[in-house]
Order: sequence, then structure tokens, then C-alpha cells
Amino acid sequence: MSAALAGLARRRLARDRPALAALASLVLIALACLIGPLLTGHPPERIYPDVVRVAPGLAAHPRPDEVRPALQRLAFRMRVSLEEVVQDGDRVRLTLTAQKPIDLRAFRLLPRSGLFGAAAVRERSADGRRLVAEVPIRKRIFLLGTDALGRDLLSRCLAAGQVSLLIGLTAALAALLIGVAYGAVSGMAGGRVDALMMRLLDILYALPFVFFVIMLLVFFRAGLWLVLVAVAAVEWLDMARIVRTQTLSLKGRDFVRAAYALGLSTESVIARHVVPNTLGPIIAAATLLVPRVILLESFLSFLGLGVQEPETSWGVLIAEGSRAIESAPWMLAAPAGFLVVTLVALNRLGDGLGEALDPRL
Amino acid sequence: MIALIARRIAQSLPTLFLVVAGSFFLIRLAPGGPFDLERPLPPAAMENLRRVYGLDQPLIVQFGHYLLSLLRGDLGPSFTFRDLTVTDLFARGLPVSATLGSLALVLALALGLLFGSLAASDRGGIADRLVGLAASLGLAVPSFVTAPLFQIVFGLGLAWLPVGGWADGNPRNLVLPVLTLALPHAAGIARLTRASLGEVLIQPHIRTQRAMGLSRARIARHALRGALLPVVATLGPLAAGLMTGSVVVETIFGLPGIGRYFVEGALNRDYTLVMGTVVLVAVMVIVFNLIADLIAAALDPRLRLSA
Repeated sequence: MSAALAGLARRRLARDRPALAALASLVLIALACLIGPLLTGHPPERIYPDVVRVAPGLAAHPRPDEVRPALQRLAFRMRVSLEEVVQDGDRVRLTLTAQKPIDLRAFRLLPRSGLFGAAAVRERSADGRRLVAEVPIRKRIFLLGTDALGRDLLSRCLAAGQVSLLIGLTAALAALLIGVAYGAVSGMAGGRVDALMMRLLDILYALPFVFFVIMLLVFFRAGLWLVLVAVAAVEWLDMARIVRTQTLSLKGRDFVRAAYALGLSTESVIARHVVPNTLGPIIAAATLLVPRVILLESFLSFLGLGVQEPETSWGVLIAEGSRAIESAPWMLAAPAGFLVVTLVALNRLGDGLGEALDPRL
Repeated sequence: MIALIARRIAQSLPTLFLVVAGSFFLIRLAPGGPFDLERPLPPAAMENLRRVYGLDQPLIVQFGHYLLSLLRGDLGPSFTFRDLTVTDLFARGLPVSATLGSLALVLALALGLLFGSLAASDRGGIADRLVGLAASLGLAVPSFVTAPLFQIVFGLGLAWLPVGGWADGNPRNLVLPVLTLALPHAAGIARLTRASLGEVLIQPHIRTQRAMGLSRARIARHALRGALLPVVATLGPLAAGLMTGSVVVETIFGLPGIGRYFVEGALNRDYTLVMGTVVLVAVMVIVFNLIADLIAAALDPRLRLSA
């Protein structure tokens, strides 16, 4: 891509406000996914067993009415019975009794729940079977609610976004490299080789590729990298077509002929003169490829064939959410929202880039 | 035209062979077999089963047998649905999937062409922007999000329609699945129509017709004829995909179509069912691509000449 076209494209894109908005939201989502999980205050895999399926909101948990049930469950696991609970601001005073002397090690369960701090024993009866302790309440905020296990949905969505975006970018890049190489070679070679390579492409187009991807994933236990390879193997075909068409139109141009006349080999003409001049449409097509890859990955993950627990992706979260849609609709809404905004923004940006980089305009 | 059909069928045979061979050997390479159960079978029983289904022979011999029976139109017995052949399974499921698919195709075409032309005739206007927004949403929201959403809104919330089930093709049961299937494709067709009609509308022959004072309807007819070509070109794979069912839609709405067979078959190592599905889809793609080409030839005289 020449410097002139790059400058022109930048000016055109600067006028395309929807595309700029799309770019801004993409940067925002990517940044949020990268550093967000550190800022939400909840590690993505942290389980709060006492705040399961909490609705989204700004309220701090445990709410006053949640303190008692949560403590009751904890007391049961500590093998003590809860005689009295007195709540005083963000501290709670517990009176516990038990059949046998209370083992203080059981108090470790309190901080482990995530909602309470370390207990301080205030009174203790002589036989050790009755105990008064003061426990600080740790207030937690779940902006997008929690899932069926009690994990913070916002942190989960952001961590899943890392995986989805990584797959989208890497697979699109791989498809880009294969497609550009294939298309450029085919277009430059021309004649028989070109006809043969395009015939092969036609055959590949007709193959039900998604089926092969599913077969690969089912038979060889899906892993992140296999998903990546599989998706890239499907998506390079369009790229090859675009690059070949571009190459054909460039081949007869004077500067390419001049490069040959100067004694450059075919490989260096392709690498130095042809591919750079096809970059515009390629960049636009690659941008549109990313949302397709993300969508394909989430489809596979939805079927349970893509990313596997404990790794997570938006597709995995959407699958979980659609199973819980009656009791916890936010479990579907949150990851679906992230996915849809990302896809719309990528599509819009790709369209904008396509118009901005069109050398004919 | 007959020459065109014959040539296209001849061209598609190598593709079909490649598909069959590729999937046959891929599925046999995979670890595990169709008779691996939670409790392993006694070796003698396993041996007998493998002999009955011909799995004890060399792979290449099995492939030859499969190709021969395929030529007779026999897709073989299913390994997991005992007592049923793959053809039986398709005979039951294909009508369901094809009904849903053809309705969805018609709906997607109607919506896509309507809103696409609306957007193209109002370039840069309100309608154009609204359609553009709706289309980009329609493309971005996957069916596994729309399906549960429709279920909870129209099925549970408003209680207008059943949340799932086939009920012998009761029209009320078809609405939500057809809508789910059609929406993303309607969005795609709308975008395509907008782009191609937009290019046709600025061409000189349309300007001439305007200058001659032809009615809007006449001009629209002329313009659409040319603008439809790119849409028709995408119809082949689209129709084939819709007719052979969708795993997502059939699973979520609990429909007895054939969309689920591929993933289920692959998970259960039901070799013949997986192979049958692949063959069916490949044949459908070839047939619908041919139909799309014939439609394109009818629309564009240049294509008829070159054929």
C-alpha cells in the first residue's frame, strides 16, 4: 500500500464516524478484556458459593437478608449450630454452640467463603462448646451478577473475551497468511498453474468444511490450538480469491514490469511489489474475517466442541446462559452483549476500512 | 441448457468423491469405535458385531463396499439407532428440516430483498441507516442467542407460541424456529441487495430510463433483474445449508430433524450416519448450486451465451 493511499485512507476513515465509533469500542473492549479482570476485584474462577445467581446491580453482597442464610450454611459445614446472629454495620457477632468442643480451625471456612473476614473469638465457655465470635463482613459488588456456581459474571465475560479475541485474531491472521500466499502465487503464475490452483480452490469451496472441523474436534479432543487451526483452515479461501484478483490486475502494470526488467526474481516481485499493493482490500477482508472466526468459535463452543473448561470463551458462557435462561437471564445477556457489540463493531470497521482503502474511489 | 447441467454434474463428481473419501478415512482414523460402551462387551461379542458390520475387513475393502452401496443409493445401517438404516432416519427427519428450511429461505429472501431495495433506493437516508443497523445486528446475533430469547419472550413471557416441539408440523410450532433460521440470512441478503442494487442504480441505462420518464415500478424491475445476480450466486450453499437442518435450532426447539445427526453421530462414532449426512449435504450443495446457476442464466443472457 502506497503512502499516498494510506494517508488518503486515514483521512477518509476520520470522516466515517460510525467506523470510528466502532474502532473506539473495539479498543475499549480489548483493553477491558486485557486488564479488566484485575480491576473487578474478583478473579474469574473465584467461586462464592453463597451468592449464586445474583442479579446484576450495584448492590453490595451479602445484603443484610443474605447474611443469616450464608452463615447458616457455613455453620453447617463447620459442624456447629448458630444460636444468635447480631449484625452491627459491617461486622456480625455470632454465638455458636456444638455437641463437642468447637475446633477453631473450622473458622478458616469463614474467609474462604469470600464474604466474611477472619473471626475474632470474644468469649469462650469453659467446656469449649459455646463460643462468641466477631466476624467482619466483606462487601462484594457483582456488576453483572453471578453465575450458577457463584462466579462473578463480569470477570468471567472479560476473561472469556481474552480467549475469543485471541482466537479471532490468531485464526484470522493464519487464514490471512495462507490466503495471501496462495492467491499471490496463483495470480502471478497465471496460465496452467493458476487454472489448476483455482480448480482446487473450487473443490475446497464445495466441501462441507464445518463438518470436517466438527469431526476433527470430536475425534481428537478439542483444545484451543486445534480450534484455531481448524477455523483458519476453513476461512482462508475467500482471502485467496481476493488476492488473486488483485494480483492479476497488478501483473500487467508498468511498475511490476519494471521490477522484472531490473532483474528481480518472481518471489521478490511478489513480496516487494505485488503483496504491498494488494494490502488495502486484504486489510478490509481480514477485519471482516475476525468476526466470522469469533462467531464460528462460539458456535463450536456452544455445541461443547470448542473451548473446554476451565478455559472459557463467549460461546461457552452463552451456552451456560441459555441453559439457565429462566432462572438467570443475565447469564445469557451478559456474554451475548459482549459478543454482539464486538461483532457489530468489527463488521462496521471492516466496511469502513473497505471503503476507505478502495483505490478506485 | 442440458449441456450445462451435464457438464456441471460431471464437474461435481470429483468433489463428491473427495468428500466421501476424506470423511471416510478421517472418521476411521479417529480413536474409539461404535461399540465402545460404558461396560466393555465380551471380546467374542465384539468380534461378532464387527464381523456383521464388516468392520473386520481391511479399510480399503470397506471403502470399496461403501462406494458400491452408495452407487445403489444405500447409505447403510445406523450403528447407534439399531434396527434403522440411515435412509430410514433421513426419511423421517428430512421432511422436518426441509419444511423449516424452505420456509426460512422464502422468509429470508422476502425480508432481505424488500429491506435491501428499500435501503438502496434511499441511499444515505433514514431507511438506509435503519436497515444497515438492523442488518449488522442480524448478522452479529448468533442463532443460539436468538433462539432462547424468542422462547422466553414469545413462548414464556407473552405465551403466544409454543416454546418447542414439532407437533406434526403445526404452523404455530414452526414460527419461532423459522424466524430464528431466517433472520441472519435475511440480514445478509439485505446487505447484498443494497450493495448490488446501489451499483446498478447509478449506471447509465437506469439514468436513461429515468430520463425517458419510465414509471418507478418499471425501472425497479429492470434494475432488480441485474441486481439479483450476486444474491442468486449465494443462494446455492445457503439453500443447501437451510434444507439440511441446523443443529442449534433443532436442539434448542426440540425438533426431530436431521440437523442433530451429524454431531450426535460423530460423538457416538456412528460411521454410517456421519457419512450419510456428509454425502447428503454435499449432494444438496451440488444440486442447489446447479439450480442457482440456472436461475442466474435465466436472469443474465450473457451467462447463457458463455455456457
